[in-house]
Amino acid sequence: MATDNRINFWRRNTKVPGSVQPVYGAQHPPLDPRLRRTYPKDTKPKFNNLKSKKACSFHEFACSTNDAWDIDDEEDDNFCGTPFSASFTPSGQDLTSVHNQQLRHQTGETEPVLPHILTPPRDEGHNSQRDDGSECERVNGKFVKSSSDADLNTTSVRSSLQKQQSLPVRPIIPLVARISDQNASGAPPMTVREKSRLDKFKQLLASPNTDLAITEELRKHSWSGIPREVRPITWRLLSGYLPANKERRELVLKRKREEYFGFIEQYYHSRTDEHYKDTYRQIHIDIPRTNPLIPLFQQPAVQEVFERILFIWAIRHPASGYVQGINDLVTPFFVVFLSEFVILILAEDVENFDVAALPLETQRNIEADSFWCMSKLLDGIQDNYTFAQPGIQNKVKALEELVSRIDVDIHNHFKKYEVEYLQFAFRWMNNLLMRELPLRCTIRLWDTYQAEAEGFSHFHLYVCAAFLIEWRKEILCMVDFQSLLMLLQNLPTIHWGNEEVGLLLAEAYRLKYMFADAPNHYKR
Amino acid sequence: MGSDEAYNFVFKVVLIGESGVGKSNLLSRFTKNEFNHDSRTTIGVEFSTRTVQLNGFYIKAQIWDTAGLERYRAITSAYYRGAVGALLVYDITKHLTYESVERWLKELYDHADPHIVVMLVGNKTDLESERSVPTEEAKDFAEKKGLLFLETSALQSTNVEAAFNKVLEEIHKKVNSKEVVRGSINAVTLNSSRAESQEEEKKPCCKNI
Repeated sequence: MATDNRINFWRRNTKVPGSVQPVYGAQHPPLDPRLRRTYPKDTKPKFNNLKSKKACSFHEFACSTNDAWDIDDEEDDNFCGTPFSASFTPSGQDLTSVHNQQLRHQTGETEPVLPHILTPPRDEGHNSQRDDGSECERVNGKFVKSSSDADLNTTSVRSSLQKQQSLPVRPIIPLVARISDQNASGAPPMTVREKSRLDKFKQLLASPNTDLAITEELRKHSWSGIPREVRPITWRLLSGYLPANKERRELVLKRKREEYFGFIEQYYHSRTDEHYKDTYRQIHIDIPRTNPLIPLFQQPAVQEVFERILFIWAIRHPASGYVQGINDLVTPFFVVFLSEFVILILAEDVENFDVAALPLETQRNIEADSFWCMSKLLDGIQDNYTFAQPGIQNKVKALEELVSRIDVDIHNHFKKYEVEYLQFAFRWMNNLLMRELPLRCTIRLWDTYQAEAEGFSHFHLYVCAAFLIEWRKEILCMVDFQSLLMLLQNLPTIHWGNEEVGLLLAEAYRLKYMFADAPNHYKR
Repeated sequence: MGSDEAYNFVFKVVLIGESGVGKSNLLSRFTKNEFNHDSRTTIGVEFSTRTVQLNGFYIKAQIWDTAGLERYRAITSAYYRGAVGALLVYDITKHLTYESVERWLKELYDHADPHIVVMLVGNKTDLESERSVPTEEAKDFAEKKGLLFLETSALQSTNVEAAFNKVLEEIHKKVNSKEVVRGSINAVTLNSSRAESQEEEKKPCCKNI
């Protein structure tokens, strides 16, 4: 239904942002062939001919074409302010009051995972009528569809859309910046497509239906990236932490959070015990070295959170204990769950947010939720960290096998210069590419990993292969062992954003589609 | 130099020692003259190179850095393979890291070439006030075990060049005195067996510059 509106809209309005063609097979779920747009010129053309054989639906490419054009890669920067009361609250409250309520109470009284990012309108809302009868609100010159029947100023929409069609200039950006909607200059407000995606997510999340089918819908849409505003709750749902059944959620959250803090009470004091002190010591010296360039992670409150999470996890998982690299895996959850509370009106962003300023209950909830979600992630890849790390060894071998099939030039090049995959890909597997990508890209990546079944263990392999092949030109230019290895350990991704990650995922999907069922692939 | 390469030898040197003693910063100080307060934990292996001139030869030091955490031994044998030198690093302010030195030596000799040149390095001399390992004690231990010894500060850049250069010099001496087998293109390995082509191999190396 929303889809139909969207399609109708596209047909009428010729000035759509970007001009991208649907790429069959490049997205999951599959594209809606009714949408036709030309692809950005720097995309690999080979995608266009790949058709999906799967019966299940692919997501409209529309949902991610903005990746190619947005200056700020964040798909769903929400700069709509309070007049935009399309933000759902199950109790029908508007955004402001919900937000204030959250600030004051921070308990489970309201919907515990309701996103309530408060942003100011940059301009006054300017309303005008749209041709197709539905009404939309203009915020800051951009077209934004809202369920509150506001009007659209068509001329301003067109000009802003025209602006969008020019290729973005990339400023130097901090590592987490795009995650946190900086309402400082340079960050555009939401596009039409972003807005529709956000609406779709909100619709799914607000559904009174507690059917698991809703979660599956959510999963499909998440594959192409989750709008920032709804990422905290969506991640909790996709990880299995939050139950699909809405009625059970509050209870489950309360129980799990209490359970975690029960562990703290029970175990944390024993970190100085003979049996545990080595574990604790290692964690203690690793935390300051986890995200040294991001001010957020230098705050004592945050470092203590990480220490507790990692220590409790380590002692509850003696088969692996704490392994360096696991510390990195807490970060995305922590940042995403924290982002729910970052107050954008004060031009704050997650990177510099003072966590200690949050109500204690909120801090505790973020900590507990990060612990549980990280635990669930690790459950799927624990053999990466058990003694001798067999999971990683196997995955690196699988990567080698895959690369030998998909890019024999690269494979032979490595052989010729005696580069072993273990020498660069170990870190790729151990840290899930977090050391090779900026944090914002990791977060986008994890949208897809959590949407996929076994994303962190299985799909990750294909992402690594796609990542490697991405650099084939640079790799083939290096003609000695030293320079090859130094390239592979220092790949230039500092400016990467949603666009690059989107392309990477598309390629990974293509590889998985081609190779996943091939028995030879798993012979070793 | 007759070849396209700008060096005569490649010596693979490994950095080993407990987590947090400063291996990564010793590496960056030597190869890039950088000390990074913001360095992250080393995962897997990290790698850097620097070419130095010794006795008229150009020697490319291929230096490998790895995580100190014992759990992390998934790639141990690959790490030591072909290494001709090792810097065994401890933190002079953390006695525990010095106590682990014997264990590291054992691991080293279990996996690496028995002729490997080893230097014991006491790092972080800039924190003299917090010292917990007396210089003399470590020096005696090194002598007893046949190891080279130096104390360094990666932060202040003290003795870092000296440490690496000394190790490279000693390797070079061994290379000259024993038969050299040019095993792979990325390492020179010390081999105690006589190679037939020994004479031929030595000539081009010594001849050039």
